[in-house]
Amino acid sequence: MATSTLLKGETTARRTTVFMKFLMATTGALFVFYVLMHMYGNLKIFAGAPAFDEYAEHLREILVPILPYSGFLWLFRALLVVSLVVHAYAAFTLWSRANGARPQRYAVKNAAKGAARTKMMRWGGVTLLAWLIFHLVQFTIAKVNFNGAFSADKLKIDGHPSTGMLVIASFQLWWVVLIYLIALVALGMHLFHGVWSGAQTLGWTNSATSRRLAHTTAHLVAGIVVLGFAIPPLAILFGIVKG
Amino acid sequence: MNLTLNIWRQDGPNAQGRMVTYQLADVSEHMSFLEMLDVLNEQLVEKGEEPIAFDSDCREGICGMCGLMINGKAHGPEVTTTCQLHMRSFNDGDTITVEPWRATAFPVLRDLVVDRSAFDRIIQAGGFISVNTGAAPEAHSVPVPKPKADRAFESAKCIGCGACVAACPNAAGMLFMGAKVTHLGELPQGQPERWARVVKMVAQHDHEGFGGCTNTGACADVCPKEIPLDVINQLNKDLRASMSKRA
Repeated sequence: MATSTLLKGETTARRTTVFMKFLMATTGALFVFYVLMHMYGNLKIFAGAPAFDEYAEHLREILVPILPYSGFLWLFRALLVVSLVVHAYAAFTLWSRANGARPQRYAVKNAAKGAARTKMMRWGGVTLLAWLIFHLVQFTIAKVNFNGAFSADKLKIDGHPSTGMLVIASFQLWWVVLIYLIALVALGMHLFHGVWSGAQTLGWTNSATSRRLAHTTAHLVAGIVVLGFAIPPLAILFGIVKG
Repeated sequence: MNLTLNIWRQDGPNAQGRMVTYQLADVSEHMSFLEMLDVLNEQLVEKGEEPIAFDSDCREGICGMCGLMINGKAHGPEVTTTCQLHMRSFNDGDTITVEPWRATAFPVLRDLVVDRSAFDRIIQAGGFISVNTGAAPEAHSVPVPKPKADRAFESAKCIGCGACVAACPNAAGMLFMGAKVTHLGELPQGQPERWARVVKMVAQHDHEGFGGCTNTGACADVCPKEIPLDVINQLNKDLRASMSKRA
């Protein structure tokens, strides 16, 4: 039952649901930038595992010697983690608010785009979160190799563990590729609506031209990201890129 | 035409509601949807049953009083108000499901009638301009650029029917609120209270229990006055700008 009173006391923009959407939009924009950079880095695998490793090494040397070795990387990681927490916190808060806003559902479910898109963002987001944990454990935290054909020695280049070789070993397995393709579908759909929605939330879509631009950018970003991320695993699976 | 109607019946705000099926014969395709319900109600009264409660007032599509969820679509299959929806939009033998708007902020009072005073409170919170109404000033003393006047007018067409909330997957009132923020924000008279208005309205909106916007556009699709989705963009923009402005 709704309250029948006017809100008392001072109101601030920072305590509204729209501000929560701003937080989602700005952190989302950071993720879009990050994902595009990550995609570019992945394509280095076409230059071979040593080139891929060298790229990864260079990431640790950004702004050295102003920052210590790996300094920039850790600052950026911290920023990403904080952004992820904010993004997810805002998402779950708004999700629960939305559920509370309509406890009694309609008898006739309309297949309108609204409900489908909202579900896609929320469940797709949860899928991405679950996949992200798997992804980080696999390639960053524990560096797990599921491919028995690659011994510990074969994963090394000049005696050093090679992430490039781990990537090649991992994506020779069809089920690993499948997991990544499913995650990519979720990511593509998330970006497809998220980029447009973020632009609208930030108030950038006031004219017909800017609305078109926001929609086109959303389509482009989603398309490029899905394609750019899908190519390396598939190339490895089909033996185009070898260890 | 002959119709099967599934209609939500609920005796009071706290009563348990249920869907009830009615058969209605010889419906003229020239009837409006509400006239069709009037005919059904006459038959119910003759049988000694309680007529179905629904809201309506002007019945010419300008007051915003009527509003029903018809087959899962706010105001039914056409982009218009329920009173301006005619039975020619349906076919003989159709089954039509009629439900009230569903939102925590719009509690059902009886059958198909919901309490939309949450909208009034959002307007009370900030959807106005403060002027001396004693002596009306000369209208031409405050010039308004034509594009701004047009956009203000387009947004001012909102009749507050609540279809946007009903259609929204999150039951958000953002299109309604965006229309008012855009209407007053485009005009010189709306400037003094502009940055306080948007914050107060959104705060009241959240307080009433509406959900948040996910920019799906489901609201604009059903709006009988065809208020465009970009009024929500304007609202977002004004709220963002308000954070760096002194009230």
